[in-house]
Amino acid sequence: MAMLEVKGVSRFFGGLAALSDVSFSVEKGEILGLIGPNGAGKTTMFNVVNGFYAPSRGEVWFKQKKISGLKPHQVCRTGIARTFQVVKPLQRMSVLDNVIASAFLRVKSRAEAEGIALEAIKFTGLIDDMDMISKGLPLGKRKKLEIARALATQPEMILLDESFAGLNSAELDESIGIIRKIKDRGITIMIIEHHMKVIMAISDRIVVLSYGQKLAEGTPHEIGHNPLVIEAYLGEAESA
Amino acid sequence: MKKTLPLIIAGLLALLPLIGLSSYWMHILILVIMWSVIGMAWNLLGGYCGQVSFGHAAFFGVGAYTAGILYNKLGISAWWGLPASIFIVTIFALVIGYICLRLKGPFFALGTLAMGVILRVSAENLSGITEGDLGIMIRQRTWIEKTWYFYIILLLAVIAFYLVKKVVESKLGYYFVAIREDQDAAESLGINTTLYKTIALCLSAVITGTAGAFYTNYMGYIDPKIVFALHDISIVTIMVVMVGGVATYWGPFVGAIIMVFLAELIRTIPKLGAAHHTFFGILLIVIIIFLPNGITGDNPKLKKLLRIGKAA
Repeated sequence: MAMLEVKGVSRFFGGLAALSDVSFSVEKGEILGLIGPNGAGKTTMFNVVNGFYAPSRGEVWFKQKKISGLKPHQVCRTGIARTFQVVKPLQRMSVLDNVIASAFLRVKSRAEAEGIALEAIKFTGLIDDMDMISKGLPLGKRKKLEIARALATQPEMILLDESFAGLNSAELDESIGIIRKIKDRGITIMIIEHHMKVIMAISDRIVVLSYGQKLAEGTPHEIGHNPLVIEAYLGEAESA
Repeated sequence: MKKTLPLIIAGLLALLPLIGLSSYWMHILILVIMWSVIGMAWNLLGGYCGQVSFGHAAFFGVGAYTAGILYNKLGISAWWGLPASIFIVTIFALVIGYICLRLKGPFFALGTLAMGVILRVSAENLSGITEGDLGIMIRQRTWIEKTWYFYIILLLAVIAFYLVKKVVESKLGYYFVAIREDQDAAESLGINTTLYKTIALCLSAVITGTAGAFYTNYMGYIDPKIVFALHDISIVTIMVVMVGGVATYWGPFVGAIIMVFLAELIRTIPKLGAAHHTFFGILLIVIIIFLPNGITGDNPKLKKLLRIGKAA
């Protein structure tokens, strides 16, 4: 069953088409990788799904309900959480308070929210840093904090925007582990990533965007051997 | 200890009138506590929720005029202004919020500043309702002695303190701070930022409005230039919180003590008395540079600075 359906979505900024007529769907429980060269429209796609932008054309459906046109907080309530490429922690709050703030989405009392938050913090391995003020966290931990906050909203689907960029190889392995664990919980994942090895290793399927259009869709193996994709990334072989 | 501290302080304050303070000192005390209330109100919106208002005189003035008009037009006690202002100020806050809360950062500040000015000019000109520049005079004051006024404002302060504390420690408080820190992140974490900013504004406005209604009863006279004043109300409100400590429970109280005493002190200096705004301005610059979190917020830093001062 398709969890998320993107149906013919276009998004224009003035005359520029950041996305033009893109359609794909994400199946329940899978990890869908969204890749493409810089400026291909990946983050714009996240912003459309998440509700920051309304699509100029087309619709987004989640669990058989139309979500395009909803505000981000309403989209989040339907069960889609996201992280940001440029991490946005609530700077002057401690790690724990950050996660508690998002845990309040589904519960009313502080004790319940703290329970959910602590679980998300343990899950992402931030337990030793939970009293730190977020401003002082190194990048790797801030990325984890983004994931912990998203998880604390108890989503059915999570959008991860470059959760691996700028991490060292030890942190990379750890983050891959976290994402696999998220999948094991039955949460559907859509992930934007530049790190090819990572995306090839963890994705069930991959959608490739280029200049705002869908270039290809398939398993990591198919994508790795698709001449169009190789061309988009490496340039046309003949013209060199 | 921490939990009972507010009660102890309130209890000690409640004992103060018993030691036979002069009328002047009672007046100073009442002003300090009134400014703490307004500061706490502003702090909820500006300190915790990050929506810096330059127009809190609007809510103070509406509260004051609610009490004044009830007395003047309906002939009932101006004390009814206290409960009535809760209702009236909420309506004003909803309208002002609807207009201003779609603006962010400095634009919100300017929007609220404009609202304060609009209300002042309206109050000056709607003389059928407000008596215009003549102002409203409460001809028969409830008490000549200041003691009861003191207890009433102290009660208001205690209620405001616990209300703010309760709100800040609840889901609302977390949402307010999340909005202050990053509105986009808050929104995508499922927080209806427009709704929660409106709640913060209404709570803040209502507390400020009751202080305004108290003011009418206490001073016995209001006019638009006093209760809708930009310098003497809106700006001083911000200073009380900035000096005392933004987003701290005790900041507004500490700030109110300093601001009221400073104003009195400067007034007694010959020739310079009229220039008290200049001194406030200099103080604000010094605070922003050296103690950006205010005296309560930068307490450890302040202690360090003073120790260095002593050693040198």
